[in-house]
Amino acid sequence: MLQPKYYGEFGGAYIPEILVSTFEQLVKAFEEAKADPSFWKEYEEILSSYSCRPTPLTFAENLTRYFGGARIYVKREDLNHTGAHKANNVMGQGLLVKRMGKTRVIAETGAGQHGVATATMAARFGFECTVYMGEVDVERQSPNVFWMERLGANVVSVKAGSRILKDAMNEAMRDWAANMDNTHYVLGTASGPHPFPEMVSWFQSIIGTEARRQIMEKAGRLPTRVYACVGGGSNAMGIFSGFFDDPVELIGVEAGGKGPGSGLHASRLAYRDSTVGIAQGYKTYFLQNRDGQMNDTHSVAAGLDYIGVSPILASLRDSGRVRFEAATDNEVLDALELTVRKEGLIPALESAHAFAQAFKEAPTMKKDDIILINQSGRGDKDIFLIADALRDPAWMEFIKKKARDYGA
Amino acid sequence: MALESYIREGLKKKDILLMTHIVLGYPSFDASMEIIRTMVKSGVDIMELQIPFSEPTADGPVIVQASQRSIEKGATVERCLELAGWAAKSFNIPFLIMSYYNIPFKYGVERFAGAMAGAGLKGAIIADIPPEEGMDYLAAMQKHNMEPIMLISPTTTSERMKFIASFAKGFIYCVARKGVTGKETDLTKELEDYLKRCRREAGLPLAVGFGIKDKADIDFLKGKAEIAVIGTRSIDIMEKKGIGPVGDFIRSLR
Ligand SMILES: Cc1ncc(COP(=O)(O)O)c(C=O)c1O
Repeated sequence: MLQPKYYGEFGGAYIPEILVSTFEQLVKAFEEAKADPSFWKEYEEILSSYSCRPTPLTFAENLTRYFGGARIYVKREDLNHTGAHKANNVMGQGLLVKRMGKTRVIAETGAGQHGVATATMAARFGFECTVYMGEVDVERQSPNVFWMERLGANVVSVKAGSRILKDAMNEAMRDWAANMDNTHYVLGTASGPHPFPEMVSWFQSIIGTEARRQIMEKAGRLPTRVYACVGGGSNAMGIFSGFFDDPVELIGVEAGGKGPGSGLHASRLAYRDSTVGIAQGYKTYFLQNRDGQMNDTHSVAAGLDYIGVSPILASLRDSGRVRFEAATDNEVLDALELTVRKEGLIPALESAHAFAQAFKEAPTMKKDDIILINQSGRGDKDIFLIADALRDPAWMEFIKKKARDYGA
Repeated sequence: MALESYIREGLKKKDILLMTHIVLGYPSFDASMEIIRTMVKSGVDIMELQIPFSEPTADGPVIVQASQRSIEKGATVERCLELAGWAAKSFNIPFLIMSYYNIPFKYGVERFAGAMAGAGLKGAIIADIPPEEGMDYLAAMQKHNMEPIMLISPTTTSERMKFIASFAKGFIYCVARKGVTGKETDLTKELEDYLKRCRREAGLPLAVGFGIKDKADIDFLKGKAEIAVIGTRSIDIMEKKGIGPVGDFIRSLR
């Protein structure tokens, strides 16, 4: 029997019958791993030797001075191997795959970070790997496609639907429905049917556990506000989980795209454009029309460009525990440039949403307030997009020259 | 007449019944009407009318594409229900709605069941609603005397088959193989054993779908199931050759 978990009215497991036994098996493996202290130990061990955990906490002294308000600290998930928090979840699920005795992994990816992380894990553990990626994202994140293929993954460009993250998820589900005997679907975020929201949040909780300890050590007290960007919700759930029981304000920052009312955004919780629905196996707020057909979404950050959101975060929004805001594409590019210039940190476009919102609020806060920003990933992968948005002349010249070299 | 009695009656004259599937509004609503007319005239016994959904995770490329096109061309749930109502009034065979749960959920599950009843439909097949999540849906269906067709699959345990069948009415939809709609199904001893298991646990007529494509497949199913389901294949034929040849194809299956 399925025992789908709910968070308030959100969550559940709305899956076709063909996958029910696979979910039962996964839930069992996850429950056993959770109950086995040696599993978490092995998880921490692999993240400290193969990746860089614990990731540091950086005091952003220049930004703090620049805004003249709260003290700003940055949790450095960009320093994970492969450059984003996605590595945590992926190594955790990789260990589960070994426990379940499966030999092949599949994944969806938007920004390509989760795809690269999954392909890396597959190379390390010796699994076969297929990554589904919307055609639009393949185009905007070519460098990641290059690396996934080098890592031995088969990258499938998805041409159905809007050709972005949600469509890649659908395609991964279809693959899983045929190949579940040897295949595990490494879902990349805290969304989807139970147990994914809980399981991915559990793996990512390592961020919050470390961050809480580090800020207590460095600042001697809890932060006033914690900021994280929200695509499906995994890095936000990760860092927030360290502070749920504390008097700390938690702020999730969504993709405001071209702004409210534009129809070109991916804000499910901050703008009031979404309604409750059931799709992709779970119940949450979706950007959809009256009939329940999903809308097109937009963000400069492929990893935030998604119709749904973690059912856990949906419930935390409704309960008021987490505040949701959105940052527009333009605000995000400004925040990114400023962060690079002032601190020498290069956040991913996704992560820059959290910076953008924190920057709006920092000047209004007191000098002894503390802001903690989760830098979920590094921005190197976004070089084409960022250079494009900044219309950088030297970069454009370089690309033109490259094109000539390739005979274009 | 309840679906189960209709099926048992039909089996007195035929050794297997045919259920066909179409995506409403694809390639257009006018074409959908003509396809329904053609299929009924060619001797189809039951029809499954899919209301397109933008995230059809249990479907393969042909139905995915058809759903997307239908939505792009402006198919709404209201319009689909109207067309289904027209079909039910015009032809003397049972019509079922097929869709994904977000469609009735957003419409209002109770209101949706009421609208189906008002349109003269017999029931529904929802691809992504396991009984554990389906209590509101099942209650609404029962209230409006609509029959919920439940699915079972080769990965379903015998114990679970019994559990699912306890919520089902009309017939059980046996998914013939792993995967999504569209790909062919191998007619193996394994499929035969699976259908025997379904027969033992279900206590209702069996429909077999996913990859059924020609007379040989249907002959294989005779005696093992009560209903053969033709889905992707007729969409394929319509796309490649037109609506008339769909009728020829269906007549060739007997
Ligand atoms: C660097 C980075 N941050 C954030 C996200 C958004 O995902 P989530 O909300 O699950 O953290 C992504 C997704 O691809 C990402 O690559």
